[in-house]
Amino acid sequence: MLRLHPFRYHRPETVAEAVQLLAQHGQEAMPVAGGTDLLPNMKHGLFRPGHVVSLNRIGELRGISTIAPPSNGHRPGDSFVRTTGATGGTAGHLRIGALETLHDISAHPDVRRRFPGLAEAAGLVAGPQLRNMGTIGGNVCLDTRCTYYNQTAFWRGALGHCLKKDGDTCHVTKTGKKCVAAHSADTPPNLIALGATLTLAGPNGRREVEAADFFIADGIRNTRRAPGEILTEVRIPLGRPSARSAYQKLRQRKSIDFPLLSVAVAGDFANDGSVASLKGVVSVLGARPRLLSDWEGLATGKPLNAGVIRDLAHRAWQQCRPLENVVGDAGWRRAMVPVCVGRALEKLAGLGTRPDR
Amino acid sequence: MEVVRLTVNGDERVCGVPAHYTLLETLRYGLGLTGSKQGCDKGDCGACTVVLDGKAVLSCLTPILEAEGRHVRTVEGLASGVEPHPLQDEFDLHGAAQCGFCTPGILCSAAALLDREPSPSREDIREALAGNLCRCTGYEKIYDAVEGAAARCRA
Ligand SMILES: Cc1cc2nc3c(=O)[nH]c(=O)nc-3n(C[C@H](O)[C@H](O)[C@H](O)COP(=O)(O)OP(=O)(O)OC[C@H]3O[C@@H](n4cnc5c(N)ncnc54)[C@H](O)[C@@H]3O)c2cc1C
Ligand code: SF4
Ligand code: FES
Ligand code: FES
Repeated sequence: MLRLHPFRYHRPETVAEAVQLLAQHGQEAMPVAGGTDLLPNMKHGLFRPGHVVSLNRIGELRGISTIAPPSNGHRPGDSFVRTTGATGGTAGHLRIGALETLHDISAHPDVRRRFPGLAEAAGLVAGPQLRNMGTIGGNVCLDTRCTYYNQTAFWRGALGHCLKKDGDTCHVTKTGKKCVAAHSADTPPNLIALGATLTLAGPNGRREVEAADFFIADGIRNTRRAPGEILTEVRIPLGRPSARSAYQKLRQRKSIDFPLLSVAVAGDFANDGSVASLKGVVSVLGARPRLLSDWEGLATGKPLNAGVIRDLAHRAWQQCRPLENVVGDAGWRRAMVPVCVGRALEKLAGLGTRPDR
Repeated sequence: MEVVRLTVNGDERVCGVPAHYTLLETLRYGLGLTGSKQGCDKGDCGACTVVLDGKAVLSCLTPILEAEGRHVRTVEGLASGVEPHPLQDEFDLHGAAQCGFCTPGILCSAAALLDREPSPSREDIREALAGNLCRCTGYEKIYDAVEGAAARCRA
C-alpha cells in the first residue's frame, strides 16, 4: 500500500484560474493532468505539494485539429505557422491540446496519417489503461527517471539519498555533481524531430518554445517550463505530403515498460525518392533528448537505402552514450543505438518493418 | 473531508473521504467494494483496473475528486443478480483464474473491450489486456475465455 500525503485538490475551469492558483501557492503547488507520473512520484515521497491543481476541467486544453494554411497563399500573420521545419514548406499545422490522452492521439486519423511516428510513440506508452489516462502535456513535462530515484522513500534512504532528491551524491556518475537521470517520455523525441512548438501559459501571459529548445541537460529540472507555467498545446507543422516520420522504442516487454532507448526520425523526400531533409532524435540517454548532429548530410540527395542507413546508424552510435541510469546494461543499450536507429530509418524508407522486439 | 458523489455500478453513492484518497481507496475502504485489488498501488500491474465512463483506467492512480459525478464500473457490477457475466462464466469454464488476484482487473479491462468492440480479434484481446499482469496463468486461457465471452455476448 502506498499512501498519498494530505493535500488540497483544486479543480479550476480556465487556464487563467489555474495559473492564478499556481502563482498563489508558489512552491507548494503542482499541476496534475492524468496523474500517471505525478501520483506514483508522490506515493514515493518525491514530491509533497500541499496544493494539487487539476487541469482536467479546462476545456481549452482539449482538442486535436488541423489548422489549414491560408488559401491566398500569403504567409499567414499567425506566428504559430512557420515556413520551415523538419519537413519544410508552408502547410499549416496540427494543434493538439495538452489534455489530449495518449490513446486519443494514437487513434486520431489525422495524427496517424500525417505523423505516424508520433501516433506510434503515443500508442507505445505504458499500457492501455495508462494511455486512457495519461496526457501529452504530462508526457512532455514528465519527470526524468533513474534507478536510484523512482523508488520508495525507504529504499532511497537505505542506499543514501542522491542529488535529485534529498542527497548530495549521484549514484550513477559517482563523482559527478550533476544529475543525469534519463528523459524517458516517448512523444517528445518525435515532437523535436517534427519541429513542433509548445505553448506555455504563466503569470506573464503566453509564450512559445520550440520543442527542440524545451529540454535542458539537467536531470533535476529538465525543461524550460517555470514551475508556475502550464503547457497548453502542441503545434506541429504539417509539412509537405511527402514528409514521413517513424519511431522505434527499446524496452524489456512489449507493454507497460518505459523506453530504455528511443529513436524518432522525420524526413522529406524529393520526387525521385532521394532524401530532401532528415532529422533524428535519440533519447533515454541523459536528461535531454539528443538531436543528432552532423547527420542529415550523410543522406541528403541520396536514396535511403541499406548502405546510407548503415552510415546514419553508425554516426548516431558515435554520438550516443547511454548511462547506467535506467535498467538495462549501458553497454548493451549503446550497442542497440545503431540497431534502433536502423529500424526507425527502415520504417521511414518503407523498407518493410520487422516485428518489434 | 470531501463529500463525493459518484455512480458505482449503477447506484448513486455519496461518501466522505479525504481529498488525497484515490478512487481505489474510496472503493475499498469507503464503500466496502474490495473486488478491485490493491496490487502495486503505482500503475504497474493493472489489478486495480475499473471502468470509468466506459474506459479502463487504473483506480490506484485516479484521485477521488476526478471521479466525482462520473460512472464507475467495478468487478462487483459485472454480474446481473445471481447471473454471472459471460466473461465470469467463461473464466470459470476455461480455468482462466488461478490465484485470482489479477482477475477483477482483467475482467474490467475485458468488459471495456467488449463494450466497444463486440468482435475482438485475438490481437485486440491481447492489446486490451496488455496492461494487466498475471503471474499464474500464462494468459492463453484468459484470451480463450474472453473470446468465448465475446461469442456469447454476440449470440
Ligand atoms: C507503469 C507505468 C509505465 C509507464 N510507461 C511509460 C512509457 O512507456 N513511456 C512514457 O512516455 N511514459 C510512461 N509512463 C508515464 C506516464 O504514464 C506518461 O508519460 C503520461 O503521458 C504522463 O501524463 P499524465 O497526464 O498522466 O501526467 P501527470 O502525472 O499528470 O503529470 C506529469 C508531470 O507533468 C506536469 N504536468 C502535467 N500536465 C501539465 C501541463 N499541461 N502543463 C504543465 N505541467 C504539466 C505535472 O505537474 C507532473 O510534474 C508510465 C507510467 C507508469 C505508471
Ligand atoms: S542520475 Fe544520479 S542524482 Fe540523478 S536521480 Fe540518478 S542517482 Fe540521483
Ligand atoms: S494496483 Fe493499480 S496498477 Fe497495480
Ligand atoms: S491468476 Fe494469479 S495473478 Fe493471474
